[in-house]
Amino acid sequence: MSTKNMNVEKITELFSRDLIVINMGLEVFADTLKKEGGRVLPMDWRPPAGGNEKLSSLLKRLGR
Amino acid sequence: MKVDIEKANLEAASRMLRSKPVLVDISTAGEVVPGLEKKTVLHAGPPVSWQRMCGPMRGAVIGGLILEDLARNREEAEDLAASGDIIFEPCHHHSAVGPMAGVVTWSMPVWVMENKTFGNRAYCTLNEGLGKVLRYGAFSAEVIEKLKWMAGDLAPILGEALRRHGEIDLKSLISQALQMGDEGHNRNRAGTSLFIRELAPYLVMLDEPREKIARVFSFMHGNDHFFLNLSMPACKCTADAAAGIEGSSVIYTMARNGTDFGIRVSGLGERWFTAPATMVEGLYLPGFSAEDAAPDIGDSVITETAGIGGFAMAGAPAIVKFVGGSPRDALNFTQAMYEITVAENDTYRIPTLDFRGTPTAIDVIKVVETGILPAINTGIAHKEPGIGMVGAGLVKPPEKCFHDALEAFVEKYGE
Repeated sequence: MSTKNMNVEKITELFSRDLIVINMGLEVFADTLKKEGGRVLPMDWRPPAGGNEKLSSLLKRLGR
Repeated sequence: MKVDIEKANLEAASRMLRSKPVLVDISTAGEVVPGLEKKTVLHAGPPVSWQRMCGPMRGAVIGGLILEDLARNREEAEDLAASGDIIFEPCHHHSAVGPMAGVVTWSMPVWVMENKTFGNRAYCTLNEGLGKVLRYGAFSAEVIEKLKWMAGDLAPILGEALRRHGEIDLKSLISQALQMGDEGHNRNRAGTSLFIRELAPYLVMLDEPREKIARVFSFMHGNDHFFLNLSMPACKCTADAAAGIEGSSVIYTMARNGTDFGIRVSGLGERWFTAPATMVEGLYLPGFSAEDAAPDIGDSVITETAGIGGFAMAGAPAIVKFVGGSPRDALNFTQAMYEITVAENDTYRIPTLDFRGTPTAIDVIKVVETGILPAINTGIAHKEPGIGMVGAGLVKPPEKCFHDALEAFVEKYGE
């Protein structure tokens, strides 16, 4: 990835701000952030068809 | 085949929402159930042979054959059932539904439910009550005696009261019951109460001995699930209205026979997708445990198919005393179902969710995509015929049905 067009200032700014983190999937990442005092919103996300390749390819044929 | 699946699904959901199930009569199965012959025995769930039937289903078949004077005892009934002379068919193939074993035979009285919007009808036997009953596989002389009383006294008396009252709007009763703590599948106390209230003024005016009328009242009052056999055909004629829409992935039938669980999809015609029925997880009555349980059985999952039952659990928190879990779980089950349905019901609403409509019209594509299976709560039958209900709980249907249905759907409609 090229860093040429990245706004480094904005990225640095993130580290000094209060963040609300949306955690998708594994709860352990959210737990860790909470332990450190972070604000976390858990989202019950899982890959389509649970990651099953056959089912995923079927869904793709329906444009999903 | 190029179709607009979303449009087809909206049409399927719309038909379910526009349906208006109304109780129009009580009659005899042989007179009104399409295609029923004297040697036909209807049963719950997808097609199943005598050889593959589970214990409770076999017991109910034996009872049905004895009731119809086709056999004198268990041995004769079993021989006849195995002979090939009896035609076994799913209730669903005859516009009918039946709870647990769901056996329907010629002389049994049935509720006649009509979908006033689309004109289709559905039929269901009257609920026998609790304990040792035919639907749990009991076939003793006492069971047969009660069935004969239901045909000879209960049904004619209720039928006359119904005729004097006029047709009963079941959609309205269900809607009220859902706002009184029922969900229409496993908790029907409010619905039963509303139904008794509806007919009471007409029952007391009938020209019948008071003892007979009193027995009818006591019978209904003593069975909190009496309304189930009304909510089921109401849901059947609702869900059937969504059948046969080209390109729709909405599920219009879910049913189990104690051996297999099966589904049917609107855009795939009358084809069943089946897999072995699963075990119910729940609470057991004193003296019973999971070792005693039969696999999931009954057509009552038609309630979930039409957007009530487990899908309306958020409005029936007291049900957790029966099926296990917490009121929070009941809330979560309903909320998860919004992920796999096409619409929110515009009549069946849940007060605890700010009167949000129940999740209605299950989309098999969404079920597979999200991995969220329909939430079903149900009774648990003893695996041996004739013992009765041993508990109640929650059951996850087998994933395979939905996977196979998706594969067939893609075969027909996919790129």
